[in-house]
Amino acid sequence: MKRYSAFAVAREGLRYHTGWERAWRAPEPKRHYDVIIVGAGGHGLATAYYLGRNFGITNVAVIEKGWLGGGNTGRNTTIIRSNYLQDPSAAIYEKARSLYEGLSQDFNYNVMFSPRGVIMLAQTEHEVRGYKRTAHANALQGVSTEWIEPARVKELVPIINLAGPRYPVLGGLWQERGGTARHDAVAWGYARACSEMGMDIIQQCEVTGVRSEGGRVVGVDTSKGAIDCDKLGMVVAGNCSVLSEMAGFRLPVESVALQALVSEPIKPCMDVVVMANTVHGYMSQSDKGEMVIGGGTDGYNNYTQRGSFHHIEETVRALVETFPMVSRLKMLRQWGGIVDVTGDRSPLISKTPVQNCFVNAGWGTGGFKAIPGSGWAMAELMATGHSSLAEEFSMTRFKEGKFIDESVAAGVAH
Amino acid sequence: MSTRLAKQGRLIDRSKQIEFTFNGKKLKGFAGDTLASALLANDQMLVGRSFKYHRPRGLVASGAEEPNALVGLGVGDRFEPNQRATTTELFAGLAAQSQNHWPSLEYDIGEVNSKLFSRFLTAGFYYKMFIHPRPFWKHIYEPFIRQSAGLGKAPDTELKDADTYEHFYFFCDVLVIGGGVAGLQAAKSAAETGAKVLVLEEKSCWGGRTPVDGGTIEGLDAEEWIARTVAELEALDNVTLRSRTMGAGVYDHSYILGYERLTDHAPGQGGPRHRLWRIRAQQTVTATGAIERPLSFAGNDVPGVMLAGAMRDYLVNWGVTPGQKVLVATNNDDAYRTAIALHEAGVEVVRVVDARESGGGELSDRVRDLGIRIECGRAIAKVKDGKRVTKVAICAQNGEGGAREEIEADAVAMSGGWSPVVHLWSHCGGKLTWDETQAHFRPDPDRAPTGHDGAPFVVTAGSASGPLGLAAVMADAAAAGAKAAEAAGRPARTVTPIATSEVTEAPMEPVWLMPAKADIELRMKTWLDYQNDVKVSDVQLAAREGYESVEHTKRYTTLGMATDQGKLSNINGLAILADALDAEIPQVGTTTFRPPYHPISMGAIGGEARGEIFQPLRKTPMYDWHDSHGAHWEPVGHWRRPYAYLRSGESLHEAVNREVKNTREALGLLDASTLGKLIVKGPDAGRFLDMLYTNMMSTLKIGKCRYGLMCSENGFLSDDGVVARIDEDTWLCHTTTGGADRIHAHMEEWLQTEWWDWKVYVANVTEQLAQVAVVGPNARRVLEKLNGQAGGGQAGGGMDLSPEALGFMEWQDGEIGGFKARAYRISFSGELSYEIAVSASEGQAFWSALIEAGREFGVMPYGTECLHILRAEKGFIMIGDETDGTVIPQDLGLHWALSKKKDDYLGKRAQSRSHMTDPDRWQLVGLETLDGSVLPDGAYAVGNGVNANGQKNTIGRVTSTYYSATLDRGIAMGLVKHGPKRMGEVIDFPGLDGKTYQARIVDPVFYDKDGEKQNV
Repeated sequence: MKRYSAFAVAREGLRYHTGWERAWRAPEPKRHYDVIIVGAGGHGLATAYYLGRNFGITNVAVIEKGWLGGGNTGRNTTIIRSNYLQDPSAAIYEKARSLYEGLSQDFNYNVMFSPRGVIMLAQTEHEVRGYKRTAHANALQGVSTEWIEPARVKELVPIINLAGPRYPVLGGLWQERGGTARHDAVAWGYARACSEMGMDIIQQCEVTGVRSEGGRVVGVDTSKGAIDCDKLGMVVAGNCSVLSEMAGFRLPVESVALQALVSEPIKPCMDVVVMANTVHGYMSQSDKGEMVIGGGTDGYNNYTQRGSFHHIEETVRALVETFPMVSRLKMLRQWGGIVDVTGDRSPLISKTPVQNCFVNAGWGTGGFKAIPGSGWAMAELMATGHSSLAEEFSMTRFKEGKFIDESVAAGVAH
Repeated sequence: MSTRLAKQGRLIDRSKQIEFTFNGKKLKGFAGDTLASALLANDQMLVGRSFKYHRPRGLVASGAEEPNALVGLGVGDRFEPNQRATTTELFAGLAAQSQNHWPSLEYDIGEVNSKLFSRFLTAGFYYKMFIHPRPFWKHIYEPFIRQSAGLGKAPDTELKDADTYEHFYFFCDVLVIGGGVAGLQAAKSAAETGAKVLVLEEKSCWGGRTPVDGGTIEGLDAEEWIARTVAELEALDNVTLRSRTMGAGVYDHSYILGYERLTDHAPGQGGPRHRLWRIRAQQTVTATGAIERPLSFAGNDVPGVMLAGAMRDYLVNWGVTPGQKVLVATNNDDAYRTAIALHEAGVEVVRVVDARESGGGELSDRVRDLGIRIECGRAIAKVKDGKRVTKVAICAQNGEGGAREEIEADAVAMSGGWSPVVHLWSHCGGKLTWDETQAHFRPDPDRAPTGHDGAPFVVTAGSASGPLGLAAVMADAAAAGAKAAEAAGRPARTVTPIATSEVTEAPMEPVWLMPAKADIELRMKTWLDYQNDVKVSDVQLAAREGYESVEHTKRYTTLGMATDQGKLSNINGLAILADALDAEIPQVGTTTFRPPYHPISMGAIGGEARGEIFQPLRKTPMYDWHDSHGAHWEPVGHWRRPYAYLRSGESLHEAVNREVKNTREALGLLDASTLGKLIVKGPDAGRFLDMLYTNMMSTLKIGKCRYGLMCSENGFLSDDGVVARIDEDTWLCHTTTGGADRIHAHMEEWLQTEWWDWKVYVANVTEQLAQVAVVGPNARRVLEKLNGQAGGGQAGGGMDLSPEALGFMEWQDGEIGGFKARAYRISFSGELSYEIAVSASEGQAFWSALIEAGREFGVMPYGTECLHILRAEKGFIMIGDETDGTVIPQDLGLHWALSKKKDDYLGKRAQSRSHMTDPDRWQLVGLETLDGSVLPDGAYAVGNGVNANGQKNTIGRVTSTYYSATLDRGIAMGLVKHGPKRMGEVIDFPGLDGKTYQARIVDPVFYDKDGEKQNV
């Protein structure tokens, strides 16, 4: 495959870009693979990528019912941070964040990881204490964060209104190496790299059944026929309950709509990501100039990839309060995705009751930031049967009461 | 040049001249102009610069689909970027600035992107570039790219929006979106059934484009028919008409969003600027018309190239011609109407280039009769680059663009056919079907959006359904109105045919590229998406690189992602993609249509709720007193509570210490009104509370109080508070301030979903009562003084507050100081303490009476921080401090509150799970620093080594930490592994300041361990 570089762009520019090759192949499925990953979103593709890169397993198919990266990977607000409170969360999100740092070079594909910094605003005494606790925890977890005072918040975010009146900003938790990335490019970069390793990414191929023999998975039925495998990874986010039902077990997951919206593009005015949990909204500005805005999940379960408008209203109100100039921007587009939420709002990276069948799900509202770490841990679990990063995220933890609850540190979708 | 004609202009009033400015230049227009028509009248064809290449751009359209003419409008706190000139009504003093250029609109340095780099700056450029070296992206590449991002300037960040906005609710049987002839006819048909009808029209005038296109309806000239029908509808009680109101979005369960622009045409005139309509309609008729498609030829973005329909609008509506020598290019008959309109206006039509070999029908004959030269099977090869159309090269359509003839022209009218506006239909799941004859996607009436009952709730009308001819449009609209009314439960009606004029048109022929085999040089100059600078060659490149899904192509090239959301570009782009993939257009499909139809202001979405009324502010009856006595406020939920009361010259810390000492030594008053108060009543109330609380509540004696704990189903402690038994079947449950609504909802959820047959009612009476905690050694004295019982006993009447009459953890109803009161002898401070509830309306009077009577006893009010310190000194837990959703009562040494006598309570089973009974769980202890300093809030205690993921092992954490003025040292509570077994051990807490704090594990009760002070 041709490498991407300034030289290559210059060369192709002079010959009308006729020399560029496909970013990934479009193969027909083979009869058998060592590993099948269902779901060509970020997490599924990352799992495949690290199976190949870290364990040399390349006889892999990634099966996708729609188009790759078309689920939550292509619908989120692209925030990357690892300032989590609980040890298992901090470990996997920091692993992900640190992998993001070098992803463009790993792929030879610019995913535009932009460590521009993330602030989580404290607007109540309770939040102040919660974020100070997180800062203490992060220091011991090897996650670089700091508590900052209001004056520093204003310096970093000139468009912010510190004064309230209802919820004056009391400070914030600042992660300087948090930021954003170009979400589609993350999926495309992984896809291109997987394809380069000889893996098959099969789009427009819906899984209709999971086949097992003697409690052990042997393959899947799809809209393109039956495909056998030795190991199966189910990485399908909002549809994970549907797929697990095909495999014959239930997941402790509910699927709900999460919405986001963008403004029309304006000249750069905010260089960092700001999350305001008390008023319930968060915002960053894309490199194209749009203000990218998100809020909370819908209150009921569904699969429609739409949402209730009053959530948009709440989110916009929160942001007008925090950034008054937002009032004179316009909403260009709103959309929704279906997020899979577990009882403790932490993910599942787990073995399942079916042997050789693994599940990676439950990322809820915060999955994008975890993609590389999630894929890394899932690949390790699938290849070796154990991953220290995944250990605490077993689906059996609910039976044991071993929750990984982050709600104290993040009361809002993220 | 573009100029105002001597006559014509059905929408302008030439007697009312209006002055406005564009980039500071003073210009004149007429009442009825849009900013776009007024700019054209002043020969201002160049209106903006494109996003990527900074190409000079002019007006292409006349309505909401305009991609180029975006301006910044207004100044200061009324400035707003990215306003469309075509949808901006002209008003006196309007100040517009063009966007995205430096140093000026005419001379933009950024244009070098177009002149020198465009051959490199193709789709996918950024993904392939700027990869090495890694730090350069953040520090060099991205800042540079960001500087060139965006369109308009950001509004001033220090100014708050000067305008106001509001929300509005509306319910109707039939909502008609679009006030063109189809919408009006649909509304009329629906209204005739008696249905309640609302009609929305985004523009300021009714009738849509029919008056421009011409024709007769029911024997009347279109304009007369529109005036008559509007008057008829206005006269009906069951019909509401709203112009300047756009149907913005269609949501689940027939929830429709309308967006009314009340004062955009007259800013600062008072009243809200925008109004968001939240509509529940039984049925919605989308009569949203159709949008014309551009033709894809090289140089189709040069200022002066315009949609044929738009050019006709400018001529007929505003009496403006975009040029003096116009070339018309088309693949359908409609553009001939523009040729006729131009001719009638006295503008020279230099050529009609019709891509169809066989040419047009009746209309083309009329054009030919006017002496205009028509060339069939011909195409535009290229429009010469520049800031204005000067020369147009034409060639054979079915070729590569060779053998060109060059024609002098200063404007081009183009038409690639019309596509129905299907956005609203599609927002909530309506599906489309490909229409071969018109080459467009139109709504598939068999796959409409469906509501909660599975029945369709959207009907399309007129050209939004697909048909374009007037007769078909009117027939479709009349049927749609009747159908919607019937679906909304109104009687069915037979639709009578509507007589209209009829023009026979020759079929259009799809032309997706002009000429059909245009070479790469031409395709690299052929724009699909004007604003985002996406060209035919970009879409072809995306397909070649494997971005085959229409969503991949969109995201890789940014096709359709600009502020017009692809209204002009999407279908043309799809066709190019389909061709590149050798697939049929319907197989390629469309991207998802998302609300809003057209961008709507964030101000309107937010509505009235901003600033002081951003969220409801809950105030206790004593709020104003606190405010005028130095309260430093702390938001707690929607409440605001005094954190402390500042006296002049005092720091917050000093104030808190003063309050602590005074309460311990004399008398403190706390406004405890925010504490939740839930009445639980009914024959099954005791049984119900036994399930909700970990303690036994059914056995509580009347007149007694008990401290209770509530857990979630997962066993985690979620709330606490004192429960009082009022009578045989009534309990009053106190909750935390933040917990009142949550616990009320929690109780209701269990009652309504699990124990629906239990006879229990829950009422939240939090705001009905004002509650004051009277705390300190002098607490009884001040109350007895109020009662005139200075030496004790009942001499002066009122409640007997002696320890014999009202013991610890008892309550009593009676009178205190003449106030009807309920007194609870409970303590969250360890002091002698009464919590006294009076009617909310008497709260302030009661508080004032206490302050007055308390003077001789040294009374001071105290705030939440003092409350926290007092309870921490006593080792009392606080929900939200000692608990965080992961803590169970057992962790906090609260085993005594877990009833062993009950079979079950919420959380009991969960608390028996293996991790919950793990002896290694962290448990509550007190912590004292060795040097008396205050432990940092939220600090963790470190153990030895690191875990499998390289994180330092922790063995505990601080949950509450304060300076105790009573003890003059730092005190803290924390959760520590094996804590209660490690009394006296010293553990390390690394601080964020680089210091390590050493603390000794001690009993969490720091003050008055035997409880002597509260039991007096």
